[in-house]
Amino acid sequence: MNAISFDLMTALPEILVLAMAMFILLLDLFLKPANRFLIYVFSQLALLGAAVITALTHTSVVEYAFNGLFVDDPLADVLKLGIYLATSVTLIYTRSYISLRGMFRGEFYALVLFSTLGMMIMVSGQHFLTLYMGLELLSLSLYALVALDRDNASSTEAAMKYFVLGALASGMLLYGMSMLYGVTGHLDINGVAEALLNGAPDHGVLVLGLVFIVAGLAFKLGAAPFQMWVPDVYHGSPTAVTLFIGSATKIAAFAMVVRLLIQAMFVLAADWQGMLIIMAVLSMAVGNIAAIAQTNIKRMLAYSTISHIGFLLLGFLSASLNGYASATFYILSYVLMTLAGFGIILLLSRKGFEADKLEDLKGLNQRSPWYAFLMLLVMFSMAGIPPTLGFYAKFTVLQAALQAGFIVLVVFAVIMALIGAFYYLRVVKYMYFDEPEDHAAIVAPVDMKLVLSINAIGLLILGMLPQRLMDACAYAIIHSIQ
Amino acid sequence: MNDLPILSLSIWVPIVAGILVLFTGGDNNASRARWLALLGSIAGFAVTVPLYLGFDVQNGGFQFVERLQWIPAFNIQYHLGVDGIAVPLILLTSFTTFLVVLAGWEVIQKRVAQYMAAFLIMSGIMIGVFSALDAILYYIFWEAMLIPMFLVIGIWGGPNRVYATIKFFLYTLLGSLLMLVAFIYLYHQSGTFDIAEYYRMPLALSVQIWIFIAFFLAFAVKIPMWPVHTWLPDAHVEAPTGGSVVLAAIALKLGGYSFLRFAMPIAPDASHYLSGFMITLSLIAVVYIALVALVQKDMKKLIAYSSISHMGFVTLGFFLFNPLGLEGAIVQMISHGFISSAMFLSVGVLYDRMHSRQIADYGGVGNTMPVFTAFAVLFAMANAGLPGTSGFVGEFLVILGAVQVNFWYAFLAATTLIFGAAYTLWMVKRVYYGEVANPQVAELKDINRREFFILGLLAILVLGFGIYPQPITEITHATVGHLLEHMALSKLPPL
Repeated sequence: MNAISFDLMTALPEILVLAMAMFILLLDLFLKPANRFLIYVFSQLALLGAAVITALTHTSVVEYAFNGLFVDDPLADVLKLGIYLATSVTLIYTRSYISLRGMFRGEFYALVLFSTLGMMIMVSGQHFLTLYMGLELLSLSLYALVALDRDNASSTEAAMKYFVLGALASGMLLYGMSMLYGVTGHLDINGVAEALLNGAPDHGVLVLGLVFIVAGLAFKLGAAPFQMWVPDVYHGSPTAVTLFIGSATKIAAFAMVVRLLIQAMFVLAADWQGMLIIMAVLSMAVGNIAAIAQTNIKRMLAYSTISHIGFLLLGFLSASLNGYASATFYILSYVLMTLAGFGIILLLSRKGFEADKLEDLKGLNQRSPWYAFLMLLVMFSMAGIPPTLGFYAKFTVLQAALQAGFIVLVVFAVIMALIGAFYYLRVVKYMYFDEPEDHAAIVAPVDMKLVLSINAIGLLILGMLPQRLMDACAYAIIHSIQ
Repeated sequence: MNDLPILSLSIWVPIVAGILVLFTGGDNNASRARWLALLGSIAGFAVTVPLYLGFDVQNGGFQFVERLQWIPAFNIQYHLGVDGIAVPLILLTSFTTFLVVLAGWEVIQKRVAQYMAAFLIMSGIMIGVFSALDAILYYIFWEAMLIPMFLVIGIWGGPNRVYATIKFFLYTLLGSLLMLVAFIYLYHQSGTFDIAEYYRMPLALSVQIWIFIAFFLAFAVKIPMWPVHTWLPDAHVEAPTGGSVVLAAIALKLGGYSFLRFAMPIAPDASHYLSGFMITLSLIAVVYIALVALVQKDMKKLIAYSSISHMGFVTLGFFLFNPLGLEGAIVQMISHGFISSAMFLSVGVLYDRMHSRQIADYGGVGNTMPVFTAFAVLFAMANAGLPGTSGFVGEFLVILGAVQVNFWYAFLAATTLIFGAAYTLWMVKRVYYGEVANPQVAELKDINRREFFILGLLAILVLGFGIYPQPITEITHATVGHLLEHMALSKLPPL
């Protein structure tokens, strides 16, 4: 009895989010349209409650629950807090966007909460099946979210693509897991790690399984050469959903990489390092070069995401605690930048107008110097120019890779960062150097304006004082990975 | 005296003033923005004066040191300090900012607050570059400076401004990123970003050469040295007058200063090893770029090429490794700061009235603007290195230093006294002398009191330092000796 209640306590945030998601589905049936905003309030409360529980039950020790299916370690706590924050900010930014487009319905919020639950399970999964379950819960909810604007042809197309390719990737992941199970006889992360440490019999099959797992993970992260879906899905989805896919879900995919590659298969580091190097090089090259040719800002940010994932992989492939901590710092920084970037796009869009072309940013400095400045910060941060957070993100992964001796890779990465700077500068050029063509007033709810300002200025402040965030990442990694 | 964090104030006073100026809002409040910016620039200059007054000239080490933990995870510190090379450059920076604010007074009519703020913030950032003693702190200032300059050229620049400003940004960024890689490498070797620690640490020659190359790419672009100079003429031509002044007077000096702060003391053996290469590049800049300047049709472009040629003297002086050359190079940096500011401001005066920078559109300006012409001719003479102006002192010292090393270096460097005079005086002849060329020139009005004040101030400085350069050489002397002593010692690890 005691063990079960301990298990339940450990998974309390997940239970709360699940309960609230179901409650919202039910509530939606009984609410009058005028009271729909309650759904929004309850969703935010669910996230807030989960955050409070996660923060209050935090300890620096690793706790296993449900017979090792589930883990609550400092890394899970830090990443979950990141997910709550990203999701909550997403909900704030998207509220007026979705209500103007007739998507302000219970389904949107229930699906977002179910995805959040999926992400939380991915973050805390300590077993191949738990991880897979979390991943599928997330993915299925996302497919539905992408297609939520069902009369929109491009959304439907994006959802179709996402679904077909996503299912394929999940299949690959599962196939790889089954091979690992075949060789080691274990499905739980620690069991697999131990079996590998004691010398697994068939290295060939192991590596084959590893290839499938890495391919599946690469797809979920959006790393080249598995990046094909990213631009189409980012472009086709309603911007509200793009924001969600581009921010919070990356944290979950990141967690999955940590659990599978680092915790379960560290012994095979020499094998996956090589694969990650290829993927990092390709991602940085494809992402940065293809982004130059884009005229749609959502597509451009999609390619920018691919290049950021390339940089993220630099942290992983150094295969050191320093590297993992850097990667954690990078992913959290990336999420903050993405939130603010899409936040501006959502801010500028209005009924019947998407503001998703680069030209739509023309002369923003004259329309609103403040938001132009915020976007400027986001762009320079993404380009990695100090004194913004993006600089430290790049700095940490570069120093980790250099410490591991990958000097050529680092030089390649900085050259790619230089190419990347070009298309971020182009956005600044549109905002500051061109005359505005669109003179519409920028209308948005006060809370959105406030949070967006804090979000973007935060990039500057964290860029000057990154110590806290760095410490949190290092702490999470050191206390979670043996 | 030393209780006040003077360096921090020098950095943050202009930046905070700049932010305040931004908050004055749109162009309806333009005059408030102007006055606030002027106040900020005066305050910014005032806080840097104690650096000069309180400087101990006998001490070749770092003074006014401030040191705080900043990012312990990577042992990055907020570590500031200046030596005799940095102090004159810091004063030059804060003084130039004051001039730029004044020079943009009536000329800038759109987005005044942002214009003034950009220069104030840039001033603080550049002082940060000159005073940072932590590699990452330095790097942050170095890169951050690109953002306001990018905007200044892009927003207030000429017709081809977008091309010029993006070229400027990317060119500079390329070098800087490789420098960052070098810093990270040094960090992993030494466990710190403290520059003083890098000075002490032994490095193998092959490593030193790689580090030197990374630094070289960053600084050579900024100075700029031939053949990575091509961004400068574009940036100068398109930039508004204030942008050109800051670029020429200070931004280029960041590169020169950084050679002395990083490349040479951290990799002294590589510096000696590659000195022939560096001197060759410098001499190409001095001679070839001077010839290029001769054929320019655009006044700003001509001055831009002249800047590159003069900066060739600076790098030449550095790599002679003797006191005359080094001190000459530093004097040349300061003097070029005044002269190039003055030259660009003079072009600005003409451009504001005629909206043309083409030499061919002018002629006989001396007839309609006699006072202005007097100033312009003085500055042109200084640019050509006429004795009695500050332009002469630096060049003469460097040539003297070069003679000690190799007569032909000195010979080639000395040709600048001919070429420099040729391109400058030929421009003067075509623009200011002769018959009044067209009705527009005939209607020109002479400079107003504000312009007179700015140009007069610069004229006093150019003549003052030409006749009595002691204030600069005195403050740099001990540091130069210290630096040369350091560079004479090999840093190769014992075998």
